[in-house]
Amino acid sequence: MEILRAIAESLERGDHEQVRRLTRQALAGGTPAAEILHEALLAGMNVASDRFRRHEIFLPDVLLAARALYAGLEVVKPLLGQENVSTLGKVVLGTVQGDLHDIGKNLVGVMLTGAGFAVVDLGHDVSSERFVDAALAENASVIGMSALLTTTMPRMREVVHLLEQRGLRGRIKTIVGGAPVSAEFARAIGADAYGYDAANAVLRVRALLGIRGSG
Amino acid sequence: MRTIIQFSARETLPEPAAVLHRQNLPEGAAPSPRVRELLHSAFDLYAALAAPQGIWEEIKATDFARVYQGEGRNAIESPLAEIFPSADSLALFAATTGDAASTRPGELFQQGELALGVMLDAVVSEAADRLAGLLADCYSGMLISTGRASEDTRVLPYAPGYCGWDMSGQAQLFAYLRPEEIGITLNNSFLMRPLKSVSGVLIAGPAGIHCFRPAYSFCVECKERECLERMAFALRRKHSRHQREV
Repeated sequence: MEILRAIAESLERGDHEQVRRLTRQALAGGTPAAEILHEALLAGMNVASDRFRRHEIFLPDVLLAARALYAGLEVVKPLLGQENVSTLGKVVLGTVQGDLHDIGKNLVGVMLTGAGFAVVDLGHDVSSERFVDAALAENASVIGMSALLTTTMPRMREVVHLLEQRGLRGRIKTIVGGAPVSAEFARAIGADAYGYDAANAVLRVRALLGIRGSG
Repeated sequence: MRTIIQFSARETLPEPAAVLHRQNLPEGAAPSPRVRELLHSAFDLYAALAAPQGIWEEIKATDFARVYQGEGRNAIESPLAEIFPSADSLALFAATTGDAASTRPGELFQQGELALGVMLDAVVSEAADRLAGLLADCYSGMLISTGRASEDTRVLPYAPGYCGWDMSGQAQLFAYLRPEEIGITLNNSFLMRPLKSVSGVLIAGPAGIHCFRPAYSFCVECKERECLERMAFALRRKHSRHQREV
């Protein structure tokens, strides 16, 4: 449908005002909210994410696209509940206790939302218990942890241990990331995945949940 | 000697290329017109919000040894432990871009201004790093003007949280320097508020003392490798990085 393609293309360009206007127009024309979400908004965001992964565009361009995605989501969201639309899965995200840096974690949240996941952002300075309690309360499949400081990285191990102690390791997967974190560190603490940047984190979460395709 | 310096926002403005590089734009990449527009908006915001200031206070090597020891959590071997005993002079320092510039990126992000929030965050982070260099220049200028520096003297900043100096060293550093006077505080996790603040020690001495082989235990995990750049910089640098008159 022409209007869905126009929404997707406006989103890729990061034109949030045009996305908002066209989304309203599509709804007024009778296009179901779920169709707009999947065929225009998430499709456009997927193209932007793919171009980002191929280094054709850069982080600020992706964030402009994400802002446009959110502009469209604001319009369709109130209608999605009525149409009973499902997400790819739920991810609880946060920056670990003792760490106040959350821009990297926020980027992961944006990219996951753009890929079709439901994201519960716990913010920064999140205790290990709170990660696990929130994942249980939200029935989340994945806990994502971010750290910018080497001194706060051990908190990630605490969360993995806590999941083990409560017998939740099989049910709730963990992914870690942040400037000082590495794949080796993730393996050493028993995390299920390591995302080296926000786009890579989306791929890893998809893989953890057995979702096929690049998304 | 204890000195407090207020800088203009303009003095601390970073290079556009450094801001873009912080967001993973490769060197030489041409940003799109929308990204250039964002960059200008972020610079304008920074200029309006920033209240950069710094403080430094000289410290004897014997006193710094106690500050460096902190809570005993440093790496067993570290470059700083080998460098500071050879220094001609040392000064503890702290600097901040101010509270408004530190908190605005997060607020923008919460308001859905994702790209501008991240761009401003990169501008403020780069500016904070630049502040450490400016303070090093000021300290260097003081040493030159008082006849305490030679042609070969180089001043470089070293900070807790890097190269084996544990973050817990901040507690001793703050107890000695008292940067609360310029609005910088420390929390229980040794993190500074405002978030975009820097602290550490300025080490003055012959260029050679700043050079070491990056083969310490923590170097294996290090992704930054900024030490190589710093050493090259120390070896080629004259007195002032930013050519600032003091």
